[in-house]
Amino acid sequence: MTAQPGPTVTEPLDFLPERPRRSARRRRKALRQVLPWIVILAMFGLWELVVRAFNIEQFVLPAPSAIFASAWQWRWPILDNAWQTLLTTSIGFAFAVIFGLLGGIAIGASTLVYDGFYPALIGFNSVPKVAVVPILVIWFGIGTVPAIITAFLISFFPILVNVAVGIATLEPELQDVLRALGATRWQVIKKVGLPRSMPYFFASLKVSIAFAFVGSIVAETVASNKGIGNLMLVASSRFEVPLAFAGLLVTAVMGIGMYAVATFIERRMTGWATRGADAMFPAQG
Amino acid sequence: MSGPVATNFVELDRVSLRYGDDDDGTLALRGATLKVAAGEFVAVVGPSGCGKSTLMKVVTGLWPPSAGTVVVSGREVAGPLSIVGMAFQNPTLLPWRTTLDNVMLPLEIVQPHCSRLRRERAAYETKARDLLGLVGLKGFEERFPWELSGGMQQRASLCRALIHDPSLLMLDEPFAALDMFTREELWGALQDLWLARRPTVILVTHDLREAVFLADRVLVMSARPGRIIAERAIDTPRPRPLSSAYEPRSVALVQELREHINAARTATP
Repeated sequence: MTAQPGPTVTEPLDFLPERPRRSARRRRKALRQVLPWIVILAMFGLWELVVRAFNIEQFVLPAPSAIFASAWQWRWPILDNAWQTLLTTSIGFAFAVIFGLLGGIAIGASTLVYDGFYPALIGFNSVPKVAVVPILVIWFGIGTVPAIITAFLISFFPILVNVAVGIATLEPELQDVLRALGATRWQVIKKVGLPRSMPYFFASLKVSIAFAFVGSIVAETVASNKGIGNLMLVASSRFEVPLAFAGLLVTAVMGIGMYAVATFIERRMTGWATRGADAMFPAQG
Repeated sequence: MSGPVATNFVELDRVSLRYGDDDDGTLALRGATLKVAAGEFVAVVGPSGCGKSTLMKVVTGLWPPSAGTVVVSGREVAGPLSIVGMAFQNPTLLPWRTTLDNVMLPLEIVQPHCSRLRRERAAYETKARDLLGLVGLKGFEERFPWELSGGMQQRASLCRALIHDPSLLMLDEPFAALDMFTREELWGALQDLWLARRPTVILVTHDLREAVFLADRVLVMSARPGRIIAERAIDTPRPRPLSSAYEPRSVALVQELREHINAARTATP
């Protein structure tokens, strides 16, 4: 008798209780939250140390303590000018978002618009925006308007390009799903193209907001009597170097604030792109 | 299917399709002729690259044929048809929508659902949930596609293809990317859906067992440029249990089809 051996069946095993992992994860989360502050404090500490150890003159490189003291001394003028810069930057940036989105949609959705406008846009983007400021002054005079326009000009191109790329690189199959149902071109863009390009859009916002600050501050330096750019120009012309550095510091803080706003909106709108990873690591970013 | 076919729901008459505008563009189809009755389940098999997917695009109106006529539901096809539901090898679910919202996507585009959707959202949602329940996705309605396994995504994709009650269901190798167990499970799910709603189905596949298990009729395509070179009626009674795929009858049919395809591969057109 040569009976064919049947399959062997494994008995179910006992299982061990799982190890608790929560406390370790929570500690790690807390560490991730305080880490940025530790790094910033350490940077300032090192800076202070270097300035004191090498006895560096204040008009060359002021120590952080001197910068903070100066910032506190001039807090009202600084706040006043920072508000002006924040306002011009935000307005210019808002225009950049609107025109960047619309232009990006147009260029990404239509090869005709792309072929026609893209070379001109690249040429336009190659012009250094700082060089445009004097012309803006001739047109609009000294003040807020040139700063807004410079912030807009410098920050709108990355948004446009990213939105256009997001829409133009739409997978053909995804398009076919809708086209096979008789969807119009606009429906395809609205239902698939735009949502898909949102991660690209937000990535560009983070780059653009920094550019917008560059634009407005440069314009304020050249052609304004208000704003952080103007404040820093005046401060350095009077050898108030700590105050000029305080202006830089305030600009950095505003930049971080705007970046945080963009990140917050991004999280709410495009959580799908990070596959809910934020829910697992809320301390990220 | 028994008895003479009353109406042809899909009719292709000597359809050719050449990609590209020039004469040297690839000729994907040449003189493809086929008829599919209303409510019939037809599978199209053939050697790889024979233009099976092109056939799908021509029938759904995504590509106009270079020659010949395509008639669906008594009218010549001139553009995409809203009476068609499609599913592809890739589930193509939209990652920013939940499973339920993905399934309901066609309702936002196809009339008359599109204009009713706002007012009768609850009723449509119930319908989508029922459909998801039918393929075993109950409880996953609010999940996002990346939270589902490949097989579950493909089930959701099938539901999306069916939500607007299409009278023609076009399936382009929908199970090709799945493992064998999941695939066989989905054969069952697809058969149940078809028996419950009886749409006309054209299934493109390279899996002969799949074709024999699911279809009323299997059409064999030649190597590129493709045309129909053989057909085989499968009259296994319905509903077919999964075990029927392993019975000698089915195995013999698979063998027969395989020989046709081997002949098609070696024959130079």
